[in-house]
Amino acid sequence: MLVQGVEKRYVKRDRETLALAAVDLTIEKGDFVAFVGPSGCGKSTLLNMIAGIIEPSAGKILHEGQVVHGVNQRVGYMTQTDSVLPWRTVYENIELPLTFRPFTAAQRRERVEAMMKAVDLSGFANSFPNELSGGMRKRVALAQVLVYDPGTLLMDEPFGALDAQLKLMMQRRLLDIWQETGKTVIFVTHDLSEAVTLAQRVVVFSGRPGHIKAIEPINIPFPRDPFKVRFEPQFQASYERLWSILAPEIAKGEDI
Amino acid sequence: MQSTDAEAAVMSGGRSIAVAQFEAAQGRRARWILVLRLLVGIAFLAFWEFASGRLIDKLFISSASAVFGRLGKWVMDGTLVNHLSITLYATMWGFLIGSFVGFALGLLFGRFRGLAEVLDPFITALYSIPKIALAPLFIIWFGIGIESKVAVSASIVFFVVFLNTYAGVRDVNPLFINAIRIMGGNQWHVLRSVIMPSATSWVITGLKVSVPYALVGTVIGEFMSSNRGIGFLISQATGLFDTTSVFSGLIVLSMVGAIFNEGLGRLETFFLRWR
Repeated sequence: MLVQGVEKRYVKRDRETLALAAVDLTIEKGDFVAFVGPSGCGKSTLLNMIAGIIEPSAGKILHEGQVVHGVNQRVGYMTQTDSVLPWRTVYENIELPLTFRPFTAAQRRERVEAMMKAVDLSGFANSFPNELSGGMRKRVALAQVLVYDPGTLLMDEPFGALDAQLKLMMQRRLLDIWQETGKTVIFVTHDLSEAVTLAQRVVVFSGRPGHIKAIEPINIPFPRDPFKVRFEPQFQASYERLWSILAPEIAKGEDI
Repeated sequence: MQSTDAEAAVMSGGRSIAVAQFEAAQGRRARWILVLRLLVGIAFLAFWEFASGRLIDKLFISSASAVFGRLGKWVMDGTLVNHLSITLYATMWGFLIGSFVGFALGLLFGRFRGLAEVLDPFITALYSIPKIALAPLFIIWFGIGIESKVAVSASIVFFVVFLNTYAGVRDVNPLFINAIRIMGGNQWHVLRSVIMPSATSWVITGLKVSVPYALVGTVIGEFMSSNRGIGFLISQATGLFDTTSVFSGLIVLSMVGAIFNEGLGRLETFFLRWR
């Protein structure tokens, strides 16, 4: 994944604002990268541009050697407000991406059932999302993006709305999946400890107009346990270093 | 994760004692409401029968017994079937045509913003016309047969369904559309798996509201000129000061409307079972 001189400007009420100033970034296949920064720094904007939902105002994004233009269908995208369709059952939701592809009914069934097992939802095939708890809905959303096996996962504060314990559970699940499948993961969060827990590299964005302020490697060996990793000395060191970079940006944001 | 799963198992699975008690209480309440409704209905009919000839002249309000006698006679001699069938037939076609065209155009306008912006003032202008005022015109165009009644009710149904579908399509969460596109769906998939289901609740509301309107449209058409139908029956009886027949016709119409509503209510429950 290559991000080259990507900018985003918005025109709003006869004023042009620069949301994201020329960003360059390289993400290798199989990397787990986290984006952190104050709100409005353009980290989600960059993710949306990688997903192809919005077009960059300048620069280009290369994904698997191809320029991203229009919706990028080689990624899986998970957002904070999950995109699980409320009028479809758990089974139908997970099956949905497969119906867009040339799979036979038997292949679909096999894949969906394996996926439901993988996220511990086997007994809930015919439940509607409104009948599930928040954590279970997140697992449906995760199964939905994993079932068609995209090489890259884009995650925009996916666990933001969960309580602390569920969040750690989902983090563990995500790390397991990442290590098993070797997918590339780009994870946007405002939670510094979540970024340090999960990522190999943390990209720190500055306040508006957003640009990359620092890229810090997190040298904690995998496999990591989200419940325990925070007590390791490397975690503390990384957290403090990142915080010293991020803190002035957040203070700046508060003045606006 | 364990604790949430256990909780969900109770939610989706077995019937506990509390569930049984809750359902029993709900059942008792439903029975009470039915009994009270019957009482209100009987009280109303009894008062009608009592008032007729004593408080108010029979010429104006007829009487409950006479009206039900007339209804019985209509059922026996085929009058009811003869007139009701034509009214229902026209209502059905008006409803089907109006809602199909309304739904299709609603989807189209919802998807193509430019089109909607260009045509908006014209739609508003047409919508402002009382559709009843179109009835005489439709009779000139389509004759006094069933076609003019279908046209009146279709024109009323069209706007209700069109406006609701349009609002429903505009109301779709763009997040869902983006998600489907990224998952590999094309425009048709977006329409089928997001826009149509998402707009369903709006469309069903539109259909629910428009069924009685379809009936109203047909009956108005029949009032103006026709030789068959419940509307014709009522207007003919009015001309003869035959209030018994007028009330009988009105009761038939209200019962038909109630049956339609009940059916649509069930349809709604089925389509919106995910809520």
